[in-house]
Amino acid sequence: MAAPGPGRLSVLLPTYNERDNLPLVVWLLARTFSDSGIDFEIIVIDDGSPDGTQEVAQQLEKIYGSDKILFLFPSGTAYIHGMKYATGDFIVIMDADLSHHPKFIPEFIRKQKEGNFDIVSGTRYKGNGGVYGWDLKRKLISRGANFLTQVLLRPGASDLTGSFRLYRKEVLEKLMEKCVSKGYVFQMEMIVRARQLGFTVGEVPISFVDRVYGESKLGGNEIVSFLKGLLTLFATT
Amino acid sequence: MTKLAQWLCGLALLGSAWAALALAPPGLQPPGPLRQALLPLPVYLLVAFGCYSLATVGYRLATFNDCEEAAVELQEHIRAARADLRRRGLRL
Repeated sequence: MAAPGPGRLSVLLPTYNERDNLPLVVWLLARTFSDSGIDFEIIVIDDGSPDGTQEVAQQLEKIYGSDKILFLFPSGTAYIHGMKYATGDFIVIMDADLSHHPKFIPEFIRKQKEGNFDIVSGTRYKGNGGVYGWDLKRKLISRGANFLTQVLLRPGASDLTGSFRLYRKEVLEKLMEKCVSKGYVFQMEMIVRARQLGFTVGEVPISFVDRVYGESKLGGNEIVSFLKGLLTLFATT
Repeated sequence: MTKLAQWLCGLALLGSAWAALALAPPGLQPPGPLRQALLPLPVYLLVAFGCYSLATVGYRLATFNDCEEAAVELQEHIRAARADLRRRGLRL
């Protein structure tokens, strides 16, 4: 791995079956960073995808150089595993399915500098943030769930289930030690625990473009586990 | 203190204040009109909160931004990315 430099950014990309999207995300990240003059590395952590994601990641490593792209096999929690190899001062967590566009990352950085924030969270619910590809029912569930979360947890951040965020490396390490949940609830728990520990959270409106390839599911099971997770956070934090 | 504990404390505080005033024995009751308003107050508040919730979620649903340009831009970027990656030797 390359030596750490000042203000280097590590992007952690957990993937599962993202054979089609991974090269596109990496290309967009590399272009965004070179356009903005940001020193970066991308760490791809694949959870044993059967669709050839690993081969694609290794090809990308050859194309961009192994100081820019690192591919890791799964070992425990993707974030924790990836962080061990991250040499940046700041870590960006995002989805690898193109729902998050790398063009917002320079804005995250700008916001972080502006308020010296420990965390910058992308929000779909404020400013000109928003979503593409959701029908009315999906939007209603999203807004309803978010309202419930705001009432119960008063988290000081508008988008708690979002997973497009920038963290100071030490802050992410501290939070990963403390968080125990998974999925949507994990993202919520990160922000709630961050506020508990006195970390500051800034927000940047982002657009979320739902699944270009593949399917997105929000079934009864997911809703039930979200509610269980929310109530657990309500009772334990 | 957990959020649940905060809620329970708050509800206990408000609840006991309400009960002390509204359910007081005849000698210690507040004047007539005040007492009439006080008794159904918890229900009124619940209904008011319900209305507020519906209005808020409804408003937020109606003003939920649709990112049309973002989707279009993404398609363009995907085209550019695939072309460039092919040039660089990626077997898609």
